[in-house]
Amino acid sequence: MPAKNMEQMEDHFETFRILDEQGNVVNEQAMPNISANEMRELMRRMVYTRIWDQRALSLNRQGRLGFYAPVAGQEASMLASEFAMEKEDWLLPSYRDIPQLVWHGLPLYQAFLYSRGHFGGGRIPEDVRAVMPQIIIGAQCTQATGIALGLKKRGKKNVAFTYFGDGATSQGDFYEAMNFAGVFKAPAVFINQNNRFAISVPVEKQTAAKTLAQKAAAAGIKGVQVDGMDPLAVYSVAREARNRAVSGEGPTLIETLTYRYGPHTMAGDDPTRYRTKELTDEWEKKDPLVRFRNFLENLSLWSPGDEEKTVEEAKQDVASALKKADQVPKQKVTDLLKNMYEHPTPNIEEQLAEYSEKEERK
Amino acid sequence: MVQMTMIQAITDAMRTELKNDENVLVFGEDVAKNGGVFRATEGLYDEFGEDRVFDTPLAESGIGGLALGLALQKFRPVMEIQFFGFVFEAMDSIVSQMARLRYRSGGVYQAPVTIRSPFGGGVKTPELHSDNLEGLFYECPGLKVVIPSNPYDAKGLLISAIRDNDPVLFLEHMKLYRSFRDEVPEGEYTVEIGKAKVVREGSSITLITYGAMVRAALKAAEQLKDEGIDAEVIDLRTISPLDTETITQSIKKTGRAVVIQEAQKQAGIAAHVIAEINDRALLYLDAPVGRVTAPDTVFPFAAAEDVWLPNEKDIIEKVEEVTAF
Repeated sequence: MPAKNMEQMEDHFETFRILDEQGNVVNEQAMPNISANEMRELMRRMVYTRIWDQRALSLNRQGRLGFYAPVAGQEASMLASEFAMEKEDWLLPSYRDIPQLVWHGLPLYQAFLYSRGHFGGGRIPEDVRAVMPQIIIGAQCTQATGIALGLKKRGKKNVAFTYFGDGATSQGDFYEAMNFAGVFKAPAVFINQNNRFAISVPVEKQTAAKTLAQKAAAAGIKGVQVDGMDPLAVYSVAREARNRAVSGEGPTLIETLTYRYGPHTMAGDDPTRYRTKELTDEWEKKDPLVRFRNFLENLSLWSPGDEEKTVEEAKQDVASALKKADQVPKQKVTDLLKNMYEHPTPNIEEQLAEYSEKEERK
Repeated sequence: MVQMTMIQAITDAMRTELKNDENVLVFGEDVAKNGGVFRATEGLYDEFGEDRVFDTPLAESGIGGLALGLALQKFRPVMEIQFFGFVFEAMDSIVSQMARLRYRSGGVYQAPVTIRSPFGGGVKTPELHSDNLEGLFYECPGLKVVIPSNPYDAKGLLISAIRDNDPVLFLEHMKLYRSFRDEVPEGEYTVEIGKAKVVREGSSITLITYGAMVRAALKAAEQLKDEGIDAEVIDLRTISPLDTETITQSIKKTGRAVVIQEAQKQAGIAAHVIAEINDRALLYLDAPVGRVTAPDTVFPFAAAEDVWLPNEKDIIEKVEEVTAF
């Protein structure tokens, strides 16, 4: 492709935005069809999740939780996109996408069990359409295509939403998934949360492409880049992608420009080794909570009282979820052995007997 | 009953299950209109249509992820890896995803996926088409690995694999595809996964093997008869889980064993079988267990296959050595 055409293509992927950093509407005609109550609910979820994230960080430091990937900064990207889903839509999260999983129906105490590495955390309730968080980078993308194709084959008017970071766009699975979904016109929405760093590697070292959204072009599917700190913009593009998918128009790749304020995970990552304070300060000015709060307060849809009530509710819920997680029986090796196959194979039978005896002795 | 080659039996198994259960889907590269590069899916696309039998883009990991996603929508995917040497592209899908799904979800989700793939030496394929990689999958908890040695077993085992609620890797030895015919019942029947078969009764020594080497072992056993050695031959049929019971019973009877595999000495499953024998029947042994394997090179270029692959002569020599111990 001649360079000029390449530039034209890249220019096509402009960042979609509705609210500016102060919460003023800058793109009135793009305002999504969302009620006042729904906006209040979205705000509530973002505030609640920020508090829960802060509590999770502190609980992790106290050794009361296990693996945890902080989410502060990404609330609009995560929650406004999940808000665009219907209850019967399928969610395929990565390890950081626990908030979407919880707002899609996974009880909070199970999220804590997941953090602790207890198998109860992966037991998605029967009425929740979701898969456990994925650890392998990008693997959920190909599975989302499979689920989406399955939904299409079943004649369901539902969609598979999958989440992954900027690093995942380097993986073969990301391309394979979009390519398959494009070919099968599978109702999948690929949400790339570009938080600028794959652990420490900046997106500029991840790809020479100007945007990640443009990678959709190679698969022949729609690509959109959105301001990931703007909840209304994220909701709008995610809802549109969902509508396109259910009406048979195929998959969409959404790149949300976002930022994680904290470390990659709580397992020893020190972001000061690879990020400047200036960069984080700059992104904090775009904070989705501040922006949305200003917007809603101007419309008298949110008040300090609402904020306070939500903070209190989140703190209480975290405390009671933690208590509930504490009460779940410790997992045993025999529990794990029982979950290897539908029916234990002879080797598993032998080991079940061996470990039952060991567990009884303890 | 009709006479069928192994590949016809395999097609027949898929046809039977496509008819039997509308949730069964067959897909992979070239499986639809082309009927598979070996014609294993011949006629299925015409009979069941593109909704049930379909081609995918050329990407093994994508095929694996697709299978898992479809399984989560309660389909029963039968995916094809066109040649087994290409399976590395799908290792994550198979080993880290399907084989762990039940475990990770605490038993809530399952991956009833059948992964079919041709493999095995002696047919002079290009590089990375024939490799005996079954040992890698033996080592992955959560998977079952089935390797039929004849048309009857192939059909019965493949039907079992498709009906199994755990992921099953079903390996089809290319040399067996069309080399002989066998009586195969029409319609449905199953052969149980995880059960080995004593294909020749004997009292002097046990030959334990699977896949194409079953025929080499049977030929060797016939020749050994002339030397007064009455060999029992066990076809493992499933290498994961291993039927240690059948192996142990036979060792207790014969007191000697040779394990034969086409894979390299450091690969395959002979070492695992020997370890199980040591655990379960050491005191019944009159001699150390022998091993017949390929050498520890990369799977050879076509021109060297004949020497590289183990054959009945190698088996006879090893049996004589173990018998003379």
